[in-house]
Amino acid sequence: MSGARFRIESRRDSAYRRDTLWRAAMVHRISGLALALFLPFHFLALGLAIEGEARLDGFLKWTEQPIFKLAETGLVFLLAVHLLGGLRLMAIENLPWRPGQKTLATAAAGVALAVAALFLLRLI
Amino acid sequence: MGDTLDVWLWRGGEDGAYRRYEVPQRQSQTVLDVVTYVQRHLDPTLAYRFACRVGMCGSCAMTVNGRPRWTCRTHVSKVSDGGKLEIGPLANLPVIKDLTTDMTRFFEKWVEADGRFVPSATRHDPLPRISPESDARVEADAAIECINCGICFAACDTVRWNEDYLGPAALNRAWTLVNDERDAGNTSRLEAVAAKGGCHACHTHQSCEQHCPKALNPTASIAGLKRRTMKAFIRGEIK
Amino acid sequence: MNVRLFVWQRITAAIMAPLVLGHLAVIFYATTNGLSAAEILGRTRGSVGWALFYGVFVFAASVHGAIGVRQIAAEWGRVRGTALDLLMFLFGGLLFLLGLRAVVAVVLP
Repeated sequence: MSGARFRIESRRDSAYRRDTLWRAAMVHRISGLALALFLPFHFLALGLAIEGEARLDGFLKWTEQPIFKLAETGLVFLLAVHLLGGLRLMAIENLPWRPGQKTLATAAAGVALAVAALFLLRLI
Repeated sequence: MGDTLDVWLWRGGEDGAYRRYEVPQRQSQTVLDVVTYVQRHLDPTLAYRFACRVGMCGSCAMTVNGRPRWTCRTHVSKVSDGGKLEIGPLANLPVIKDLTTDMTRFFEKWVEADGRFVPSATRHDPLPRISPESDARVEADAAIECINCGICFAACDTVRWNEDYLGPAALNRAWTLVNDERDAGNTSRLEAVAAKGGCHACHTHQSCEQHCPKALNPTASIAGLKRRTMKAFIRGEIK
Repeated sequence: MNVRLFVWQRITAAIMAPLVLGHLAVIFYATTNGLSAAEILGRTRGSVGWALFYGVFVFAASVHGAIGVRQIAAEWGRVRGTALDLLMFLFGGLLFLLGLRAVVAVVLP
């Protein structure tokens, strides 16, 4: 038996992907990946300061456009949700088991959204 | 009752397809009743497994409307999607035929995780006195009732994505043995579950815990293994 | 994933928890009246404190991110063996070098 290919014939084969905790795991993974891919650009932008204050300022002026502010809000959300989800995981791994993980996961996403919303509102 | 169910059963091997059957709906009908009806009245070539019919053996586990379940303990009324049922073999295992899977891989992982008791005494030694209230025994007892039905293994996406992963059942069993005071095999066992594909590959999706028909919690067991192996690693007890 | 990678992942995660909170606070503070180079650099230039804060952050993020990306590459990208390790070290190295450069850029007086 090849062992490597287990067919998903139908969407129904994985109904459990609608479960809160599975989705929480995906949010954690995708947010981590997005942050990891964003970081090199973040570092390159800050590195502009090597060429002098004016160079960095030129770039920062560019980021005042609304589309950038929206992107920054997204990044704040990603950072917050990844942190909070990660704390939930570390608690599972290092503290005695506690039930109510679905609630905790939902709360983590909620708080992250609130933080991002607060960030956006302060800019308007 | 008069109504019929729209039942789709997986037929064939890996490259099979779902085939449609009409099954009369009955009161208190279970999914196993439905599958049995098809085999006895509509198509005797249907292959499926069951044994006890009463939720003790775990043989009848299949994928029902997208979730792995014991078919003998799943009432049609609870899972029917407007009269439609889609029943397939358990995921993450090779399909032999129709609704039966080859569980060899599942048990091989069990062995790989050192899921086997290693004695520390002989018949000539006095019986060890283990208090059921001791912390270790409480941990072991919480996880010991596993009957190897394979549902957690089928529900786990990490099993699906990482072919080295030992899986929730094997790791859960290893955890019970790690907590067994009489067991002498823990150094080797901790190394087995700390290797590639061991407990650290678990991403805490909790699909295992959500689907276990015996309400076991492999996620918690695996978390316990993570703690133990991390400690052992930092102390240099395992590589 | 094995116990060694796991330990690095979790320890860098633990280190970064307070650093991320600090960074979020900085983000909120710095964006209060629009971002400007003068304001950022006025804070970071010549500061040993910020150098340490962001230096540690860069190191931890590089390790943590590289291991995370490794897992995704293995599970979703079907990358195996030496290629997987190479990917992890290259990506981690890239983050670390670019990150250190950024820290130097804003901290050097």
